[in-house]
Amino acid sequence: MREFIDGATAIARGALDAGATFFAGYPISPATPILLHMIRELPKVGGLAIQGEDEIASISMCVAAAMTGARAFTATSGPGMSLYSETIGLSIMGEVPLVIVDVQRLGPATGGATTPGQGDVQFARWGNSGGYPIIALAPGNVYECYSLTRVAFDLAEKHRCPVFLLTDKELFQALTTADVDRFEAPPVRERVVAEALPAGTHGLRAEETTIPYRAPAPDAAPAYAPIGGPHIVRFTGSTHDEHGFLTKDPVKVGKLNERLRRKIEDHAAELEMATSTTAPGAQTAFVSYGVTTGAMEEAYRIACAEGRAVSTLAVQSLWPVPENAILQFVKPGDGEAVVCRIVVAELNHGDFRREVERVVYRWCAQARVVPPEIVGINRVDGELITPAQFLEQIVGG
Amino acid sequence: MPGDSQLRTYRNERDYPFCPGCGHSLVLNHLNTALVKLGVDPHRIALVTDIGCQGLADQYFVANAFHGLHGRSLAYATGIKLVDPDLKVFVLIGDGGTGIGGAHLLNAARRNVGMTVLVMNNFNFGMTGGEHSVTTPPGGVTVTTRKGNLERPLDICATVAVNGAGYVWRGTAFDRELPDVIVEASNSESFALLDIWELCTAYYVPNNDFSRKSLLEMRERLGMPVGLLHREDRPEYARAVREANALLLGKPALPANPLPALFTSPLKEEFRFVVAGSAGGKVRSAARVLGEAAILSGLFAAQQDDYPVTVQTGHSISELIFSPNLIHFTGVTRPDALVLATEEGRKASARYLKALTAESWLFTTPEFANMDTPARKVVVDLDAMGIKGGRKNLAWLLSVYALNQLGIISAEACEEAARRGQRAEVAEEMIAGLRRVVGGEKAACA
Repeated sequence: MREFIDGATAIARGALDAGATFFAGYPISPATPILLHMIRELPKVGGLAIQGEDEIASISMCVAAAMTGARAFTATSGPGMSLYSETIGLSIMGEVPLVIVDVQRLGPATGGATTPGQGDVQFARWGNSGGYPIIALAPGNVYECYSLTRVAFDLAEKHRCPVFLLTDKELFQALTTADVDRFEAPPVRERVVAEALPAGTHGLRAEETTIPYRAPAPDAAPAYAPIGGPHIVRFTGSTHDEHGFLTKDPVKVGKLNERLRRKIEDHAAELEMATSTTAPGAQTAFVSYGVTTGAMEEAYRIACAEGRAVSTLAVQSLWPVPENAILQFVKPGDGEAVVCRIVVAELNHGDFRREVERVVYRWCAQARVVPPEIVGINRVDGELITPAQFLEQIVGG
Repeated sequence: MPGDSQLRTYRNERDYPFCPGCGHSLVLNHLNTALVKLGVDPHRIALVTDIGCQGLADQYFVANAFHGLHGRSLAYATGIKLVDPDLKVFVLIGDGGTGIGGAHLLNAARRNVGMTVLVMNNFNFGMTGGEHSVTTPPGGVTVTTRKGNLERPLDICATVAVNGAGYVWRGTAFDRELPDVIVEASNSESFALLDIWELCTAYYVPNNDFSRKSLLEMRERLGMPVGLLHREDRPEYARAVREANALLLGKPALPANPLPALFTSPLKEEFRFVVAGSAGGKVRSAARVLGEAAILSGLFAAQQDDYPVTVQTGHSISELIFSPNLIHFTGVTRPDALVLATEEGRKASARYLKALTAESWLFTTPEFANMDTPARKVVVDLDAMGIKGGRKNLAWLLSVYALNQLGIISAEACEEAARRGQRAEVAEEMIAGLRRVVGGEKAACA
């Protein structure tokens, strides 16, 4: 059985099914449908949604809610992302399990409120002081809007960090036909509250039954314990020790900041999500993500029908950058996947192409291999990249 | 969960980090006394702080702590209360945080979120070197108002009182009744704010020859009264929201809306159908019903809309794709049929009109009967068909007429889609219109 569904509804349903219990947001085109869905739907599952007085209040409420036991998320668009910036940093430092949906529109500033864009790719990654890593996923169709929302909640829970779902006006609002039974439901881990530490545990303070920022490994998040729960806990956005007290002790400071980086970067390989098709003899590889993958898939279909060989890579995990998936097109060991041209298509000036270039050129330099040509298809006129624009870029096919 | 507390102090072993003579130490001791009097389990207390010297305060207590960014404490406290309305929440902010968090102050008061806000107000920014704040008195000397402050100080109490706070008090860090005031404020279970005037011995005191006596003189000079200034009994927001939402609990959340293939369509390849009309002309809702009708006919459908930021004015365009196969790309560059309903739609349709060929169809009204186009033009005259008041449903009526003429989607499928997806009275109106237009006289074909 099929339904006529937009990305917004799929994301909302994904969040509800992932166990979301709290949403705060501020009206902004084109992200508002999530706010409306959540105001209406969350009370049905015992949660609640609130319209904050601004974006700063909205994401601040989400952070506090997330640290008081809720599974929280928020949604906005570019101008709201600007206002979220300080609290994205807070979520990184305080290790908050938080999902942020960014329905990208054309920027900069107010930009085009009702036009699609993909210009927040670097902004999501670097929109915090200190430059700490985050996780960002980009669904390419309504099925992925649902499944990657679930994945986002799961990863937020595991890594205790902001996880972005980067979508755009068109994928979010366009209605498409989906098979009700074809929505995949990747598992979302349960919220686990830290167990009480045995009395006499090294470093345990008198009032503590858990140590809120003591992590099990230098690349892992600490166990979660909510405010108001079984343990007295401290949350802080300042550089802190394991108890959440401010510190300038270089050993503790260094350990914390390295862990905040390593808990994501050391897990880059396992966080990779990308779908590729490799055609024998293809000399061109298309790389895309989000709404632009639709045109890429159509171009691939046409190319196949015309007997032209081309490989494709639809990237679902933008951050960390899925290096292995990208390098399949240059590593000779992988044989037939190697190409002489990589085409990166996106609705910006080359946000993700920078990453493809970085990954490919670095590897090729180290391997002393001539790198493929890396070109971009970029549109910032408010229109979608078309299948024809992809087809023009095929070489040797 | 441990029960009520018999703690004799809520202070931990750590010493305060404040300057000698700083009012913060006094206020925190008063807070400790109040917590002992309240006797609440420390697991059920949240101390929320942000930035400034007083922002360090949560570290000296046995209670949950949330230490965040400058001025956002009230928003954090709101988030905490919304999730756990029974927590005792204390917000410790300074005059700096009150200023930068002004919007949150107004809104937390207006909503009446249950929290006790202690504004540790020492008239300047201590931590960053003595800059002026929103409460620096007229003439006050700070490093950013060296010749004396020219800005009018914010009356925090009057501001929150007029905006719905449940409990408002002003005094100084020296007031012996402060612990009892904190207890009363917390027990009010409302947005309670205490504007507590203090001495900043590092900056404001030396720069202004300021003293405990000056605090008393200043309230006369500024005309800001002290004591309990306002009490108001309003529903506490976090509980009110939960009560209001309770009726919805357990109802199915966002269930799928499956559309069975009850009808058939002869369509063999992708057909691109663009509806161009005016905002407020129900273009998008009509298109959605058509997309659903296509799915009810066993097809795949996609709908992508274009509209300006304005609401009931300007154009509204829906691009529909109908196909027997999966649709990857939802954009339309060349429509197979264009439904042109209004002048606003025409103005925004230049690229579609330009793309039309002799193979394309243009369905429109007598208004555009003379339009020059290579497409096969069908002029639908609703007046001639005897359909009155068709303008408000023009996009719908022209579209169903077109699809019926093209034989892509049956009138029955359109009726079924309207019935399933629209409110009963809306569906009835759409179906009545559809029946008249489909059964109406043949349109002129130019």
